[in-house]
Amino acid sequence: MVDALPMEHGLVLAAAMFALGLAGVLTRRNALFMMMGAEIMMNSAALAFVVGGARWAVADGQVMFVLVLTLQAAEACVGLALVIQLYRRFRSLDVDAASTMRG
Amino acid sequence: MLTVAFYSASAVALVSTVMVVVNTNPVHALLYLVVSLLAVATVCFTLGAPFAGALEIIIYAGAIMVLFVFVVMTLNLGEKTVVQERQWMTGRRFVGPMLLSAVLLAELIVILWPAGELTPAGAQTITPKMVGIALYGPYLLIVELASMLLLGGLVAAYHLGRHQE
Repeated sequence: MVDALPMEHGLVLAAAMFALGLAGVLTRRNALFMMMGAEIMMNSAALAFVVGGARWAVADGQVMFVLVLTLQAAEACVGLALVIQLYRRFRSLDVDAASTMRG
Repeated sequence: MLTVAFYSASAVALVSTVMVVVNTNPVHALLYLVVSLLAVATVCFTLGAPFAGALEIIIYAGAIMVLFVFVVMTLNLGEKTVVQERQWMTGRRFVGPMLLSAVLLAELIVILWPAGELTPAGAQTITPKMVGIALYGPYLLIVELASMLLLGGLVAAYHLGRHQE
């Protein structure tokens, strides 16, 4: 393959997506939207791994991508279970509703 | 051709991610998130990482996002949530976090931007075979740790998702 893409542009894309996910987590009060922001952030980190692996033409970047994907799956399971519990107890997805935990 | 695909997919990813962050309807936000993931998968394909792109579509867009959609359906979030989100999303609340994120992004871009010429990436395709050999060779211990992590996630999700009297 003759034309290769610039690594910096891929990394800037990952950085921009990370900043957007961070803004989403910081601005939202709905637990579901906060989880979506966290997913965006982790996805951008995984993309940065792939870009790094492509830069050095090694498989390690994609190995780390697979592991980040595993982490995301586990995080989504636990997070969504927490969201369901939150809704069941407070009838709302407002994370401020859970500011008073009793035991 | 590859360059066009890369930059257009990047633009789609950024626009759909912005739509996820500013959307008020949970289902619409989830669908935009799926579009964003598909765009990232396209970026992976153009960077010569077909295995990562396929996994992104199959596991992420296919499995994890379906889990999110199921949860949204279970919670039965309707018009009420949209109205509530509209009330919460005032401009004043947006300024601070957006400003902080923009500063962090600017710092990252300044650090990442090269002084000289751009570094080429993705000139060589990394095949799934190479990834598999690396995964089950030097990284075998991490694969075991990932399986333990998934087991922990399963147990925690079961415990948290139980009905409590």
